[in-house]
Amino acid sequence: MTRLILSAAALALLAGGALAQDVVRMGTEGAYPPYNFINDAGEVDGFERELGDELCRRAQLTCTWVVNDWDSIIPNLQSGNYDTIIAGMSITEERDKVIDFTQNYIPPAPSAYMALSPDADIAGGVIAAQVSTIQAGHVAESGATLLEFATPDETIAAVRNGEADAVFADKDYLAPIVAESGGQFVFVGEDVALGGGVGMGLRESDQELRARFDAAIQSMKDDGTLNELLIKWFGEGVATF
Amino acid sequence: MFAFCDPRTVEGLAWFACYLTTGKHIAFYWSFGTVLLLLAVTAPLALAFGFAGAVAARARFLPLRLLGRTYTAMVRGVPDIVFFLFFVIALDQAIEWSLHQIRCPDWTEPIRTGLEFRVCPQAKVPPSAAPQGVHQLYGFALAVFTYALVFGAFAANVLHGAMRAVPRAQTETAEAYGMSAAQVFRRILVPQMWIYALPGLGNLWMILIKATPLLFLLGVQDIVYWARELGGMKTQAFDYPHPDWRLWYFLALLVFYLLFTKLSEIVIARITRRLSRGQATMAGEDLRRAAA
Repeated sequence: MTRLILSAAALALLAGGALAQDVVRMGTEGAYPPYNFINDAGEVDGFERELGDELCRRAQLTCTWVVNDWDSIIPNLQSGNYDTIIAGMSITEERDKVIDFTQNYIPPAPSAYMALSPDADIAGGVIAAQVSTIQAGHVAESGATLLEFATPDETIAAVRNGEADAVFADKDYLAPIVAESGGQFVFVGEDVALGGGVGMGLRESDQELRARFDAAIQSMKDDGTLNELLIKWFGEGVATF
Repeated sequence: MFAFCDPRTVEGLAWFACYLTTGKHIAFYWSFGTVLLLLAVTAPLALAFGFAGAVAARARFLPLRLLGRTYTAMVRGVPDIVFFLFFVIALDQAIEWSLHQIRCPDWTEPIRTGLEFRVCPQAKVPPSAAPQGVHQLYGFALAVFTYALVFGAFAANVLHGAMRAVPRAQTETAEAYGMSAAQVFRRILVPQMWIYALPGLGNLWMILIKATPLLFLLGVQDIVYWARELGGMKTQAFDYPHPDWRLWYFLALLVFYLLFTKLSEIVIARITRRLSRGQATMAGEDLRRAAA
């Protein structure tokens, strides 16, 4: 309870200072269900949409949503097309050198291999992964042949049509695909723990905005609403705080 | 869209009727309008750039001539895709940098820190607070300008050639009548050059149509973006789950582009016939004989 009051006080304190911008533009990929996707009405939807709207409400910011391709999502943040990246981006040392992260809002979660058959060669075969992801980096180091694609959807299609032996991605992304494939897809091998969880990315010069989102995430962790949201979008088995 | 559209219960044809009228599909249909609008705005603008380039390239004044020639040579020599990726970012940053100098002279923080490009909030174009529609319009305007610049360079070369193709006898006669250089240009050269420019301009138009998917690279949500987005496999997270249908969506784009280029060919053929009338070309001569 003390922490709750403290973080609320911190929020109120921060909210007093005028921010450089009144509208915060939230950059996301919109192609990574259930993290973020474009729903049938043509709007950004998913776990991060709901989370982002709640964070903005708590941080007393007006937010708008912007969709940007994954492979240019960091450069376009740096050139100021939007102010945050909230797109299932894992916190890694490499990325931390060019942008800043808030604390994680998804705890470190496993990545997994998915293939058409349980005996697919994940050690030396052709593995599909999305470009500039930690999974792509892991495959490149693992000795398997890496086949990169611009969107997550294309990595799945590559396995289905035989171009790749397996796909390596966040397990939470693959789980609904395996469940709904009617036995066509299976998980192969052990899960792999990668990255330090998922956080929001911001420009290194935007420390004030980062602090506000950080406090908002902390307050959602403290009152348990973040865990509720994780379970709502990723199911009961998901790692929580 | 329809009253009976409850994604959990509809089946068969009704399912498709509902699926094809979701908000996302409506956005897809509108994006065809985006492409047509781009063509409608870019084509005249590119022609204007081309005309200015051609006139500059044949000017007597040396710096102007150099400017015209450099423009066509430089833009024609760089691959479109490289130009699109470089120029749009450079133009955007140049605009913001200039505004920053004007509106925030007291700003002390550096604009470039590492890889970041950060101007004061008053110099952001469009402002952060502007609705998303304004941001899209700005992106579209940058795209139109870039397309016009690239295709204008090619058009300049075509028009420059066409001006030189007008028979010398025609302009010489005009001079003999006592017309000034400007009069010869306006009354004789320009009206006659179009028939020589048309095959080249027609080609450019076709290439411009086929270059519209590059819009997608510039962050404009065009038909290629939506076809890829809609065609991708959809899980139960969506109202209308379906397997990978990209093949069908891209097939629809293929049909659209084929129909559109076919229609363009017909129109260009008509314009050629119309412009050949009374011209000192073989086609013009054929028309004259047929009428006689």
